[in-house]
Amino acid sequence: MTPGGTPGAPGVVVVTGVSRYLGAHVAARLAADPRIERVIGVDPPDPGAEFTDLLDRVERVRVDVGSLGGLLADLDVDAVVHLALVSSPDPQHGGRSAMKDQNVIGTMQLLAACQRAPRLRKLVVRSSTAAYGASFRDPAVFTEETEPREVPRGGFARDILDIEGYVRGFRRRRPDVTATVLRFAPFIGSTADTTLTRYFSQPLVPTVFGRDPRLQFLHFDDALEVLHRSIVEDHPGTYNVAGPGVLALSQAIRRAGRVAVPVLEPGLSGAAALARNLGFGRYGLDQVDLFVHGRVVDTTRLEQEYGFTPRSTAAAFEDFIHAHHGGVVVSRNQLAIAEQLVLEGIRQVRAAVRERS
Amino acid sequence: MTGPEEQRDRRYDVPLSVASPGAGPARTNGHRPAATADEPDTAATDEPVGADVPNATVTGVTPRGAGRAPVPDGPAVPDRPGDHWDRKVAGGLAFLRRRLSGDYEVDEFGFDPQITESVFHPLLRLLYRDWFRTEVTGLEHVPADGAGLVVGNHSGTVALDALILSAALHDQHPARRYLRLLGADLVFRMPVVSEIARKTGGTVACNPDAERLLGNGELVGVFPEGFKGIGKLYSERYKLQRFGRGGFVSAALRTGTPIVPVAIVGGEETYPMLADIKPLARLLKLPYFPVTPTFPWLGPLGMVPLPSKWLIEFCPPIPTAHLTDSADDPLVVFNLADQVRETIQQTLHKLLERRPDPFGP
Repeated sequence: MTPGGTPGAPGVVVVTGVSRYLGAHVAARLAADPRIERVIGVDPPDPGAEFTDLLDRVERVRVDVGSLGGLLADLDVDAVVHLALVSSPDPQHGGRSAMKDQNVIGTMQLLAACQRAPRLRKLVVRSSTAAYGASFRDPAVFTEETEPREVPRGGFARDILDIEGYVRGFRRRRPDVTATVLRFAPFIGSTADTTLTRYFSQPLVPTVFGRDPRLQFLHFDDALEVLHRSIVEDHPGTYNVAGPGVLALSQAIRRAGRVAVPVLEPGLSGAAALARNLGFGRYGLDQVDLFVHGRVVDTTRLEQEYGFTPRSTAAAFEDFIHAHHGGVVVSRNQLAIAEQLVLEGIRQVRAAVRERS
Repeated sequence: MTGPEEQRDRRYDVPLSVASPGAGPARTNGHRPAATADEPDTAATDEPVGADVPNATVTGVTPRGAGRAPVPDGPAVPDRPGDHWDRKVAGGLAFLRRRLSGDYEVDEFGFDPQITESVFHPLLRLLYRDWFRTEVTGLEHVPADGAGLVVGNHSGTVALDALILSAALHDQHPARRYLRLLGADLVFRMPVVSEIARKTGGTVACNPDAERLLGNGELVGVFPEGFKGIGKLYSERYKLQRFGRGGFVSAALRTGTPIVPVAIVGGEETYPMLADIKPLARLLKLPYFPVTPTFPWLGPLGMVPLPSKWLIEFCPPIPTAHLTDSADDPLVVFNLADQVRETIQQTLHKLLERRPDPFGP
């Protein structure tokens, strides 16, 4: 079927969003895989030049996603990996409306192009655990079947719901294409730079008063592994991808040696809105919802289908801490020393009291 | 999730798993057992044995076993070096350090056994043992391992009975089992309260969570009356309310878990609700707004529960393993729910006869 390819692995793979961190790494990794003949990175016309060193073995095409249709057919593409999603509005690049354009309209156009690509047999779409929304009536752990109970407030979560809706439509129209939707937990790792890693890098970390959400992270390298396997193997369906185990936010902040600053929730929502309006800060209602409700997913299906278990949330976070120990306010050693000092002090006082009596 | 490792890890920490199985009677009714030979510390000091030594709490065996919060603030007791005060201080500091460095585990529901054991249960212990003089019977009906669904009557304006039940069960059950409570979503809407509920092992009352916990072999506690139970007037006391749709039964059936009915007497008198100001409740988006003999008249003092006498009785478990296929059969579900309800109601009557004076000894 695929000239030169192994039965499972596709010959020509298109990766969208290669100008961003995740896309660049995925494209480079696929290009290094001998089973894959060609890796073509698709970019919007004005990308950042950040990851060019990674992409020397990747053919790059700079087009608008709108004109992708002919391209996919001409190139005899076997597989498409759609990673060009924006998780938070970037005030320098058009803010929320540009984000929605890229996420929703971009995906629509890509899927339309895929639908017309005759040789296409595999589609992998990046989604997010934000697809489960955030409600007080939510079960503690989401399985892939859980439906969101309320339409989420955050822009990214709403985009994700739209995107998954379009993928469902695509599955109906092209049942011959293996469509994989990967719902990723927030990425973390030693080098990744995301909204959450920036959040945990601050010395004082704002949290929501009276809430201690349960969080899960996914190590960036594990995300690459799962994406890679999705391309070279066949795994149709929707999968939660997250590190097993849970960290409470307060616990994560303490492990990172930061100091939590609880803020009343209306204040935080207001501050998030204000920051957005003033055009700085990338924290939005997506983050506020996450920090009120927390989000934990069940990864049994991934483990069974892929035969792969990402490293645990705690281990992934540990890796991140090692790389970002710069801004530590309270370190473990300091705590241990303080413990010793207090203990010695108390012993001395007690000894003195005993002698006097 | 981390129970055993956690406990092994505590080097100095005073007794987490105090009551060894079989030690002490199932209920001690708040009275400490008579002095045993293995009480070196009390024996060394000249305090009368069995008196209310403030830190000698735990019901079970050794009195030094107060799994109590950090750093004692009283003056150092003059006794031997390397004594139990020293261990207590060291244990408290080590606990504090572990908390501050995030060196503990929570499970996927947010349950934090360490803080539950070291902070919340000791507080509840004072309440259930010394304030309410709780007597627990029928603990042999609670499975020592594997899943179980404990279904109780709900009462008392504030859902104190759930907390008392979980603390008493954990303290007095030979296997020291944690009761994972299912709470209304209102609980999880409120800041602080939601945090505490999750940390102590609670989660939202919904079938996915219940089935997941039961599937993991946990002991789950549920109060099917919900707000109808705790929000009823004092004149309605100990009359079981409607049991809703019987969602708890279908969760038990789907996982083949035995149902253990439990009757709790004493909760109704803690905050006897004389009236319900409905407009105010609607305004505050609460299910009811209580008026008790002390609340709201005495302000914060009205929050102090009246010291009623509590009796808790676990009834023989109702097996469901043979009904796993009938989880969606409304007839089976309602019949089973009725059976549980009847059992609890009859046990309540029996317990009330045993306790003629609600505020008796």
